[in-house]
Amino acid sequence: MGLSGSGKSTLIRHVNRLIEPTAGEIVVEGNSVLALSLDELRKYRRTKVAMVFQKFGLLPHRSVIDNVAYGPEVRGVGHEERLEKAAKWIATVGLSGYENSRTRQLSGGQQQRVGLARALAMDTDIILMDEAFSALDPLIRSGMQDQLIELQQTLNKTILFITHDFDEALKIGNRIAVLKDGAVQQVGKPEEIVLKPANAHIEEFVREVNKARAIHVRSIMERGDVELCEYSVPMNARCEDVLPLFAEHEWVGVLDDDGRQIGRVTAKQVIRALARHSPT
Amino acid sequence: MFPQLIDTKPLRRAIDDGLNWVVRNWGDGFEAAAYPLLMLLKAIEDLLISTPWWLIVAILTGIARLASRSWKLPVIVLFSLLFLGVMELWKDAMTTMALMLAATITAIVVSIPVGVSMSRSARVRQLITPVLDLMQTLPSFVYLIPTVMIFGPGKIPALIATIVYAAPPLVRLTDLGLRSVDPAVMEASRAFGTNPTQRLFGVQIPLALPTISAGINQTTMMALSMVVIASMIGAGGLGYQVLQGIGRLEVSRGLFAGLGIVALAIVFDRITQSFGKQLQGRIGWRRPDK
Ligand SMILES: Nc1ncnc2c1ncn2[C@@H]1O[C@H](COP(=O)(O)OP(=O)(O)OP(=O)(O)O)[C@@H](O)[C@H]1O
Ligand SMILES: [Mg+2]
Repeated sequence: MGLSGSGKSTLIRHVNRLIEPTAGEIVVEGNSVLALSLDELRKYRRTKVAMVFQKFGLLPHRSVIDNVAYGPEVRGVGHEERLEKAAKWIATVGLSGYENSRTRQLSGGQQQRVGLARALAMDTDIILMDEAFSALDPLIRSGMQDQLIELQQTLNKTILFITHDFDEALKIGNRIAVLKDGAVQQVGKPEEIVLKPANAHIEEFVREVNKARAIHVRSIMERGDVELCEYSVPMNARCEDVLPLFAEHEWVGVLDDDGRQIGRVTAKQVIRALARHSPT
Repeated sequence: MFPQLIDTKPLRRAIDDGLNWVVRNWGDGFEAAAYPLLMLLKAIEDLLISTPWWLIVAILTGIARLASRSWKLPVIVLFSLLFLGVMELWKDAMTTMALMLAATITAIVVSIPVGVSMSRSARVRQLITPVLDLMQTLPSFVYLIPTVMIFGPGKIPALIATIVYAAPPLVRLTDLGLRSVDPAVMEASRAFGTNPTQRLFGVQIPLALPTISAGINQTTMMALSMVVIASMIGAGGLGYQVLQGIGRLEVSRGLFAGLGIVALAIVFDRITQSFGKQLQGRIGWRRPDK
C-alpha cells in the first residue's frame, strides 16, 4: 500500500521481472528470479506468477473466453482443454453468458472480472494484482473485494495485492507493507499497523481509516479460561462485527476455529482500541 | 549565379559510365532476378483476361458484399465494372488491374517484414525512413530511366517503378500500427510468458491490422495513380489509352480511359476501406452497428 508515485507498480513488476531491478534480489520458492535465463523467465511467468492489471490489459481482438484461455494457450494446452478450463473460471467470477462477447463491450467491473479469471486460469500459486480494483466505482469495487476474499478462502494462493487505498488494504490484506518514496515504511498485520503505526506518515493514514473494520477482536480480547459467554463471535470477527452486540450483552465471547471459547471482550475494550489513535 | 566550386562533369560521367557498365555486365542478372515478378504479373494478367467478364463482375461484387455487409457498395462496384465493359475498356482495365494487383502483392510481401523490423529497432527505422522519403519524393522518371536501361522497356520496369512508388505508405503504416499497439496490452502479454514471435503474431499484428489495411488501401491507390507513367514504358492498359488520347488529341479517348481508371480506383478503394472498417469493428474500436 502506498500513495501515488510511491513505487508500488515498480515494486510489483520486479516480481515477474517486467522491470529489471538494479540491485537486490527476488526469491520465489527458494530460487532467485534474477538468475533465470530468458527462456527460464518465460517459463516462470507461464507457470509460477499470474498478473492482474489496473488497466485490465485484455486482448481486444479476442472474445472473453479466448482472453481467459490465453495463459493456457501460451503454455501449449490443447484447444478443448483450455476452453473448458476458461469456461470454468468465467463461471467462477460470475460472467457466464458473456463467453463470446468482445471485451470492449463489457463494463469496467466485468472487464476486471475477465482479468481476474484470466489470471486464475493460469493455475499459478502466486498472483500479482496491481491496483486491480482502482479503476472501478466504489460499489462494484467493494463487490470485487468480497469476491476476491471469498475466492481466496478456497484457493489459498499467494496474492500480492497493490492498492493506494488503506481501507482496501485493511479489508483484504493478511500482511501489509506500506511504501513511501520507493522504500518500505512498515510491514505487519493490519491491526499491528493500525495500533502501532511506525511513523507519522502511517499515522496519517490510520487517522482516516475505519478502525472498527481494521481491528480483529482477537487482538484486543481478554484471553484465557473465562466463564462461557452468552453470545460469541468467531476468531476472525472485527470490531465492527461485535459493536452492535453490546447493546444486548456486556461480554461477547471469541471462539477459535473448533468452536471453543478462547477469550472475551467488553464494549470498554473495543472503545479503548478504537479511540487510541484518534486525533486529540 | 552560384560560383562554380567543383567541376561536376567528371562525377556525372562516372555515374553514367557506371550505370552503363552495370547494364552491360549485370543486365542479364537483374533480368533473371526480376523474372519471378514478371511471371507473377503475367499469371495475374492471363487469369484476369481469360476469365469471363461476368465471373469477374460477380466475384468483385461478391467481395464488396462481404466487405461491407450492405448492398450499397456492391451496387457501386457493379456499375463501375459495367461502365468499364460498356466503354470497351474491359481488356485494358484487366491489364491495369493486373499491374496494380501484382504491385500490391509484391509491396505487401516486401513492406510488412520491413515495417516489422522498423517497429522493433530504432536503428533500422532511422536507416529506412530516409529511403522511404526518397522513394516517395524522387520524381519517378529519375529511377524510371535506369530501370528501363537495365530491363529494357516493357512490363518489368513498369512494375518495379509502380512498386517503388506504391510500397512506402504500407511500410510506414505497418511500422506505425505495430508501434501504436496499447503498451498495457503488450505488457500483459509479456507477463504471460510469451516470446516476441508469439507477441508479434498473437497481439501486435492482429491489433495493427486496421492500420496495415489502411496501408494496403494507400498502396492500391498509389499503384493506380502510376498507371499512366507506367504505360509510357510499356505497361499497356488504361494508361496507354490515356497516353494515346493525349498524343492524338482525342479528348474522348483520354477522358473515357481516365474515367476507367477512376472506376477501378473506386472499386478497390471502397473494398479495401470496408475491410479495414470491419477489422476495426472486430478489435472493438467501434462497436458493431447491428
Ligand atoms: N525504489 C525505486 N527506485 C527507483 N525508482 C523508483 C523507486 N520507486 C519508485 N520509483 C520511480 O517512481 C515513479 C513512480 O513509481 P510507480 O509508478 O511505481 O508508482 P505507483 O506507486 O505505482 O503510483 P500509482 O499509484 O500512480 O500507480 C517511477 O518513475 C519509478 O521509476
Ligand atoms: Mg501504479
